[in-house]
Amino acid sequence: MFDNLRILWHQGKQYIPNVTTVKVPGIFRGRPVISKASVDESLLADLCPTKAITVNPVSLDLGKCTFCGECSIQFPDKISFTMEYKLSTNDRARLIINEEDDSPIVLNPMLVRAEIHRLFGRSLKLRQVSAGGDNSCEWELNASNNVQFDISRFGIDFVASPRHADGIIITGPITANMAEPLERCYNAVPDPKIIILAGTDAISGGIFADSPALNREFLSKHTIDLYVPGNPIHPLTFINGVLELLKKR
Amino acid sequence: MTTVNYKSVTNNQATALKDIPVLEYSKFADMNVELINGNPARHCVNYFGYHLSDKISLICCIADDDLHQIFVSSALVEENTELESLTFRNHNFEKFEREIHENFGIRYSDHPWLKPVRYAHNRFDKKQRIEGYPFYEADSEELHEVGVGPIHAGVIEPGHFRFICNGEQILHLEIQLGYQHRGIEQLFLQKTQLLERSTLAENIAGDTVVGHTTAFVNLWESLCGHTPDDGLHYSRILALELERIAIHTGDLAAVCADIAYQLGNSVYGRLRTPIVNFMQEWGGNRLSKGLIRAGKLNFPFTAGHSKRLLEIFDSFEPDFIEITQKLFNLPSALSRMEKTGVVTYDEVLEIGTVGMAARMSGLSRDIRLSHPHNLYNSIKHKPVIKRHGDVYSRVQIRREEVRQSISHIKGVLQNVQEIRQPLNVEMNPQSRKFILSLVEGWRGEICHCAITNEEGNLLVYKIKDPSHHNWMALAQSVRNNDISDFPICNKSFNLSYCGHDL
Repeated sequence: MFDNLRILWHQGKQYIPNVTTVKVPGIFRGRPVISKASVDESLLADLCPTKAITVNPVSLDLGKCTFCGECSIQFPDKISFTMEYKLSTNDRARLIINEEDDSPIVLNPMLVRAEIHRLFGRSLKLRQVSAGGDNSCEWELNASNNVQFDISRFGIDFVASPRHADGIIITGPITANMAEPLERCYNAVPDPKIIILAGTDAISGGIFADSPALNREFLSKHTIDLYVPGNPIHPLTFINGVLELLKKR
Repeated sequence: MTTVNYKSVTNNQATALKDIPVLEYSKFADMNVELINGNPARHCVNYFGYHLSDKISLICCIADDDLHQIFVSSALVEENTELESLTFRNHNFEKFEREIHENFGIRYSDHPWLKPVRYAHNRFDKKQRIEGYPFYEADSEELHEVGVGPIHAGVIEPGHFRFICNGEQILHLEIQLGYQHRGIEQLFLQKTQLLERSTLAENIAGDTVVGHTTAFVNLWESLCGHTPDDGLHYSRILALELERIAIHTGDLAAVCADIAYQLGNSVYGRLRTPIVNFMQEWGGNRLSKGLIRAGKLNFPFTAGHSKRLLEIFDSFEPDFIEITQKLFNLPSALSRMEKTGVVTYDEVLEIGTVGMAARMSGLSRDIRLSHPHNLYNSIKHKPVIKRHGDVYSRVQIRREEVRQSISHIKGVLQNVQEIRQPLNVEMNPQSRKFILSLVEGWRGEICHCAITNEEGNLLVYKIKDPSHHNWMALAQSVRNNDISDFPICNKSFNLSYCGHDL
């Protein structure tokens, strides 16, 4: 027993006390800022591997962006990524960053269903469905529940059965082979329920967007409650997004 | 003995397509089977087909670990025809031939397990649907079947497991994959920009970003006749070994979770964080996406990074050693791991497993030693080999490889403090070439193959994750084990669904 206590003692304090204000280490690529600088816009647009950049004027779609950072390296005067990890929103249009837009990405309160806070504000159980996900967003969702990020402290948990869930969180571009299992899983979740899309692949298809092996019909049939951009998503992007969705308005 | 007629190449050596001999199918089959049979130092690293006018060209690559060579040969056959299989004579070819069958309709008259592999979108017979997979069935009043998936209990990828059990005991497990198929190999041909292809390589398997992207950039640089600086090679060694440390540590956490050892789960889980956070400090992404690029390094590795990494190891190592000593001296943990999920040497040899799934049973397969890439020959690498092929062996390999990787990194950092290579390099692939790139990822051998046409455009891009071979070893490992031990067996292999399904 003393061994165990010693091990516990050696870990020190691991949990992040405030997940809404903590700084992330290093050169994290978060919410980008686009300047008015004049550059060869067609070169800039062609550079992006997922066609996330549109021109005249320049804008960057975080639903398509893989956050590789190449645009900010080739055009440092035009695009720079800030350390801001709060990227989640429920408004797909808000993921498009325009020139000189340096405002925080927030949820559109008009689009949040009234029952969400009342029913899920203190307890949200999610069933995760990987539909062609490459196991990077899955890793980060698991990390969200490790002793550092500890999303369980907010009453948010991942559950095994859709019958126990309040909603689903989808990772991956939704392959044709997963289209039916995804639909069946969603139907097995009792109403009312939410849908979260986690990661660039889920939001837009990412680098796989024009692959014939996908079937994204599910998304046109249902309303999405939260978009969490990232490739993969950062645990803090996910946690902050869900907390914003659930909070009292 | 049949006449030997193949082109011998080394890892990442671009060779003229015309130099690969085209053999009659029966001679091609005889030769490749005889190359492997009875020689544990050889195995099939890739065997695939592609359309060549109205025929199918089959290319087989046999690696010889002692000679550090890969023997490449080919045969030209008709589509939708009937052939004798290689699998009948050596099971190493089992999944490769199933893939050729699925993609080109070639019927193997004597293949023992000719079932679909992944229901690829461009499969030969579109009438085959994933929901109609032909499972092996046992017609018995005493046995029962257990179906798991495609969606599993945890936050993991989808795949279907079908058990045939006698009470609690597993008699047979069949693993059906394909749910993750995104058509990556075709996208490599469709998307022509280098950055698009690097991004694809990063998304093959998100837990092996460095492994797969390194395989791609090594291949691409050689295919374009570009020789990168030593610094770039060292940056890839650093990233590969850091990826190994991060994932192995995470896997140890997951194994602890599956034996309900909460302290181990928490400590290993939190120990992974400083490593992935270092990747973010270096390249801006915890899983190293955006870091590995052909001909350049977008994010310099500075003396500051070097110092920081050594500091991280200084605090990582004592805590890693402490919890590891605890875990490996805990009778309740050992009893769950020892003699659970055994795959013998003979079985791994027959399956043709690679990486950890070979080294666990005494079969030395490690590309870092046998076909070194990226200056691994400058590191004195000795593969970690275990003998028992059980969960315990697989866990021991992780324990020892974490410490070995730390020592490799420290060795590299003694010679290299800074790596800067920010500039784009103009690169154009050579025409009519064949090239094969092998990388030892944390799971094992990753193989990427490419063939170019007259204009230097990609004609074929073929990807093989180590999981391609190793899923069969998992199915084998659970036989005669209790079904309650399946999770720990599965976690101790930690194979890739998306890397398999592509």
